[in-house]
Amino acid sequence: MSQQSRISGGLIDRSQTHSFTFDGRRYEGHAGDTLASALVANNVRLVGRSFKYHRPRGIFTAGSEEPNALVELRSGARREPNTRATAAELFEGLEAASQNWCGSLRHDLLAVNDLFSPFLSAGFYYKTFMWPKAFWERLYEPIIRAAAGLGRLSGLPDPDSYDHGYLHCDILVIGAGPAGLAAAMQAGRSGARVIVADEDFRMGGRLNAETREVDGMAGAAWADSAVAELAAMDNVRLFPRTTVFGVYDHGIYGALERRTDHLRDGEDGPRQVLWQIQAKRAILAAGAIERPIAFPGNDRPGVMLAASVRTYVNRYAAAPGKRIAVFTNNDDGWRTAIDLSAKGIGIAAIVDTRDTEPLTDIPGAAIVMGGRVTATRGRHGLRSITLAGGRTIETDCLAISGGWNPNVHLTCHHRGRPEWRDDIAAFVPGPELPAGMTVTGAANGTLTLGAALADGHNRTSSTLMGLGFRSGGAQPPRGDDEAASVSAFWHVSPGKGRAWLDLQNDVTVKDLKLAHQEGFRSVEHMKRYTTLGMATDQGKTANVPALAIMAECTGRTIAETGTTIFRPPYTPVPIAAFAGRSRGAHMRPVRLTPSHAWAEEQGAAFVETGLWLRAQWYPRDGETHWRQSVDREVVQTRNSVGICDVATLGKIDIQGRDAAQFLNRVYANGFAKLAVGRARYGLMLREDGIVMDDGTAAHLSENHYLMTTTTANALAVFRHLEFCRQCLWPNLDVHLISVTDQWAQYAVAGPNARKLLSKLVDQDFDISNEAFPFMACGEITVCGGTRARLFRISFSGELAYEIAVPARYGDAMIRALMAAGEEFDAVPYGLEALNVMRIEKGHVTGAELEGRTTARDVGMGRMVSADKDCIGKTLSQRPVLVAEDRPVLMGFIPVDRSQTLDAGAHFLSSGVAAVTENDEGWMSSVCHSPILGHAIGLGFIKRGRERVGETVRAADPLRGKETLVEIVSPHFLDPEGERLRG
Amino acid sequence: MGFSAFRIIKEGLTGNRGWTPHWRDPEPKAQYDIVIVGGGGHGLSTAYYLAREFGITNVAVLEKGWLASGNVARNTTIVRSNYMLPGNEPFYEFSLKLWEGLEQDFNYNAMMSQRGIVNLYHSDGQRDAFARRGNAMHLAGAGAVLLDRDGIRQLCPFLNFDNSRFPIHGGLWQPRGGTARHDAVAWGYARGADRRGVDIIQNCEVTGFRIENGRCIAVETTRGPIRAKKVGVCVAGSSGRVMAMAGMRLPIESQVLQAFVTEGLKPIIPGVVTFGVGHFYISQSDKGGLVFGGDLDGYNTYAQRGNLQLVNDVIEAGMTMMPMIGRARVLRSWGGLVDMSMDGSPFIDRTHIDGLYFNGGWCYGGFKATPASGFCYAHLLAKDEPHSVARAYRLDRYRTGALIDEEATGPNPNLH
Amino acid sequence: MIINHPLLGPRDAAEFTYLGDACLIERPDPEAENAIEVFHDYVYLRDNPAGEHRELWFHEHGDRSWLVVTRNTLTHEISKVELARDVALSRGRGI
Repeated sequence: MSQQSRISGGLIDRSQTHSFTFDGRRYEGHAGDTLASALVANNVRLVGRSFKYHRPRGIFTAGSEEPNALVELRSGARREPNTRATAAELFEGLEAASQNWCGSLRHDLLAVNDLFSPFLSAGFYYKTFMWPKAFWERLYEPIIRAAAGLGRLSGLPDPDSYDHGYLHCDILVIGAGPAGLAAAMQAGRSGARVIVADEDFRMGGRLNAETREVDGMAGAAWADSAVAELAAMDNVRLFPRTTVFGVYDHGIYGALERRTDHLRDGEDGPRQVLWQIQAKRAILAAGAIERPIAFPGNDRPGVMLAASVRTYVNRYAAAPGKRIAVFTNNDDGWRTAIDLSAKGIGIAAIVDTRDTEPLTDIPGAAIVMGGRVTATRGRHGLRSITLAGGRTIETDCLAISGGWNPNVHLTCHHRGRPEWRDDIAAFVPGPELPAGMTVTGAANGTLTLGAALADGHNRTSSTLMGLGFRSGGAQPPRGDDEAASVSAFWHVSPGKGRAWLDLQNDVTVKDLKLAHQEGFRSVEHMKRYTTLGMATDQGKTANVPALAIMAECTGRTIAETGTTIFRPPYTPVPIAAFAGRSRGAHMRPVRLTPSHAWAEEQGAAFVETGLWLRAQWYPRDGETHWRQSVDREVVQTRNSVGICDVATLGKIDIQGRDAAQFLNRVYANGFAKLAVGRARYGLMLREDGIVMDDGTAAHLSENHYLMTTTTANALAVFRHLEFCRQCLWPNLDVHLISVTDQWAQYAVAGPNARKLLSKLVDQDFDISNEAFPFMACGEITVCGGTRARLFRISFSGELAYEIAVPARYGDAMIRALMAAGEEFDAVPYGLEALNVMRIEKGHVTGAELEGRTTARDVGMGRMVSADKDCIGKTLSQRPVLVAEDRPVLMGFIPVDRSQTLDAGAHFLSSGVAAVTENDEGWMSSVCHSPILGHAIGLGFIKRGRERVGETVRAADPLRGKETLVEIVSPHFLDPEGERLRG
Repeated sequence: MGFSAFRIIKEGLTGNRGWTPHWRDPEPKAQYDIVIVGGGGHGLSTAYYLAREFGITNVAVLEKGWLASGNVARNTTIVRSNYMLPGNEPFYEFSLKLWEGLEQDFNYNAMMSQRGIVNLYHSDGQRDAFARRGNAMHLAGAGAVLLDRDGIRQLCPFLNFDNSRFPIHGGLWQPRGGTARHDAVAWGYARGADRRGVDIIQNCEVTGFRIENGRCIAVETTRGPIRAKKVGVCVAGSSGRVMAMAGMRLPIESQVLQAFVTEGLKPIIPGVVTFGVGHFYISQSDKGGLVFGGDLDGYNTYAQRGNLQLVNDVIEAGMTMMPMIGRARVLRSWGGLVDMSMDGSPFIDRTHIDGLYFNGGWCYGGFKATPASGFCYAHLLAKDEPHSVARAYRLDRYRTGALIDEEATGPNPNLH
Repeated sequence: MIINHPLLGPRDAAEFTYLGDACLIERPDPEAENAIEVFHDYVYLRDNPAGEHRELWFHEHGDRSWLVVTRNTLTHEISKVELARDVALSRGRGI
């Protein structure tokens, strides 16, 4: 029979029937159900297994605080472990499966753990599994790991999409229960920009679950009309299915909106949106969560929180039992009996821990004042309870109420600590709230309806005034205040039984007492030793009773005992939602140079360098190995001419009367006297004396320079220069702007470089060696009037130029260069060939200027001018940085020229042990030199300059290699620089 | 009585009535040979090794709050010795060797689990830097394996090999790396020290140092003055605040490192994996939670919480590296205060005040150092000379230029 | 966090890059006799206060201003934001 526990009434839509499966069995429910309420309607009681003892468990709550009813939702790559059935909205075709069992849910082999529970008490694992030592990783731990964990990830990439969004408002109302709706109405009427967020798919909070009235209407109907009124206001935005999960600095709230979780797979993505809400003020109306009473056997399916039982009956029209008993320490528990009785559900008993007069009479129910439940029966579902004194009562559902805990979670995200209030036996928000936050209603300890409505209204009025809005003369919505007296009662002494506190992690009252016995007496120790409150529900129902028991053990008050720290998120948030669309190929943007399309046409292999994609080499037909391409590019460049895209270099335009002075201070070498039309290599230090970057600065015209930086450091250098300009020398007349993206730039290198360029450079400009010598620069035109800049600089060691044109001509320029180069067999060369040629020349890059080396280390010590100050000069003189035995840059060649070299090898003298103490340095860059015909390397070795000709070991134990290498000058090719001056 | 399976069975059969506190709760004495300020992982291990290795037991550990309430209470539990520089690598390898015998040594199961750590690389340059590091590890006896893309695919088939902005080229793998149960490490040291006579005094905040004629002779505390022949400060995260009471300015900034744990899941990630672009590292605890983190928030703070932007940044890298974790839910995030030093490396040293010693500057990596930090600090306190593997951790190294800058980012604490 | 830029109004901290203590404005005199010592203190030592902290932020994804932000390191509350250039000028950082 379908939906045998479905009763009349409720807020479900019976016109829409959804079929769904749980553990493969097909059931039906209705629109407006949660998975949990549909399971209740179908009388499914056993829904899961606990973490440690694999005890059978049923639905315990009707909200996101659920500790027991966790399921794997959906299938395939969309499988979603640990989903709370109580918060999962039902949809047609929903698939859910129970989790954490071995065998089947009903017959879980791991339930054997429960038999051994006397030996598995809190923290038992800290005391054993240590012998024999090797057994931990081979035996004990694999068993523990396999048994631990709850649901299973699919192991497949998450196929859904997620968005990030940013919102601004005057007032953010968190929670749309009675206080929240009253607040939102008042805020909305004032004209303020209002956002209302509620985790439920139906706004109204407890009004949807109770039989109370507001303004003379049924509570749920009033909530509907309030929501409709808010929806009609242009200044109000409503976010149902949205959890505000964290409070960040300066009024920023993180919120997760679940947009398609209530739909079938993949409909109308994105699945979820992570909103960053910037709110001037926030009204926290997050309500309260009911807490249980611990008693022996309190974990059986059928034991539920009393208000949740009401929720299932009143909102979802699903009866969690046929004969229900209530166990309470407060007036609110009685309302469960009253409401259910009115619906015709049998009430077996009301057991009230208080020794007072019964609140009312319930026909047919045994009323036991001053009573205690001391035991329960029913393996997979509750059958009876036993009271103190031995009386047994048949019941299939026990509704328990230990009072209500205001939802203080978000009030504590900025160090605030909640305060204990004896009159409601609960923690309420303390005085230190996040700036701009006001707490109202049950979240603030105002637990009755009429007072909460008024409180929401009134606190919002004052908040609006603070923001300068007029709230008008509207009266707060009216509701009666119900009886809400509570008398703290935490647990029935377990005797020989076990009374659970944390249902998911299987932490019992005895575990807490044992932790105390073993000296774990602060709440944090208690939590960590027993794992209480560390499950997926973060102890939302378990923590306060546990604190009370800790207080009992230590003889302190609950207020003195204090709470553990509440940290974001309020309820768990999927990892993918935080990433949004910035994942996979879209993790970061891609920067492309102006010649990218052309390089693609050439079939270039590209490589990521920072955000840039750069051509690595340009393979030609018949080349089967990258080395063939690279060797060809190098040889052809050195023999004739090659062209390389260097647009990724950082370019900084520097202007002003003090530009020369500025350069002179930021570079280690002198720049004060660089003539117009000349460029110079520049070495830049950090203030700690370590090399920061290198590049060139070209003096384009009076008071106008262009600096280049390495690709990798472009941003950092620019930031550093702005720091120097604004913070250190604010009086210098100098202005900086990054022009990296504004200019395309190509190196044209090789003996035929000049001939090639002469074909493109307009005739007005003389680029002969005499008119435009090495290190000349100038503004020219090319191809009949296109503005360009020409620099006679060389990284390859060849006669070379770099030519820059505005980025929009970059594509045309590379094509023009290649066309002009055809007669010389000009080749494009990529990063690898560039690297080979610079190693042959002994030029350094990031592998050598690696953030720990000094100018002296890389052989440029003399560039640090003695005649002037510069950034980093003073500290570069510290004793260890100028010590004689520092590793310095040298060249290395294999003694056996047929051998290859590997970067990352460490240098050892012959005959010494391969240990740290004997480490003399490392190889930083290597390549095969097609010109020299063997491998060459650059590296750092102690006292290297004195050791030219010495043979040392390049040890590479990581790759099982050791190569004898000779120490040589780092300048392998043309050390005198004749080629580049040619 | 010691902990063992036998004892668990015996206690289980007799109602677990025989278990006693893991450590005493003594009143502070008026005087000790050595007072350790800070009852975190490093302070407790220092006390343990003072007693165990150097026979000095007239020792008090003073803790402001509850025992082990600092960074040992909230970290990502990773243990490894994959450093590059000679000032660091022998120290961390010494630490890893101590980890490997720790549980039997202090008779407490800290669940040290050597399931390996792999650092991914995404470019040839990164590979070369890892090769240099891997070889440094070999020279220090730490062992390492350089894996190419296929090697990584075998080890971690669940990573994103096909659709990443920064493709995985390979990784540096230290099979001996792993994780440990962080609280239990501190508790094991506490119990081991306590059983050897050390007084562990909780809820005792140091409010000042009594310094006479250039010598520290006592600490002032919320529970009265306590005299000591030597005082060892060990309060990473709060080093600046505590040493200011001795009139010292430090080369340290306090910053926040956020970390995250998901709901419990069945085992899916074998060891520790780190991404090489941006910063992201992840492992799975024995309880099933995915534990992960990334960069610092990057500004000075004592607030023990971070901001949302950084959470997004960290997780973007995580979802790029292994998109299968997308549907796991973040259960809890937290922010721990870290002592960011100016070169990213720590200090274990005397100060210019006689009798006052300093241990701090552990940045985001103090957990793995817990055994060696305590051992070497105990060595320094007991013998007044540095242990050989910790001799580079001097307070004056920025004066001399003997920097230990693994990240090579210079004196910018937030970039280390 | 939100930084109220003196020229541009409130901006998300994500637009900025952090450097550190604003004492970095006070670059010492390289001619000083004990220059290494004073540069050591300048580059490496920090007050690192738990409370009000004056610190440098760079509007990297904005107008490239360096700002001096006065922020409480216990609460993250920002009480003042100034252009670093103005601060430097007022501190007599000359040419």
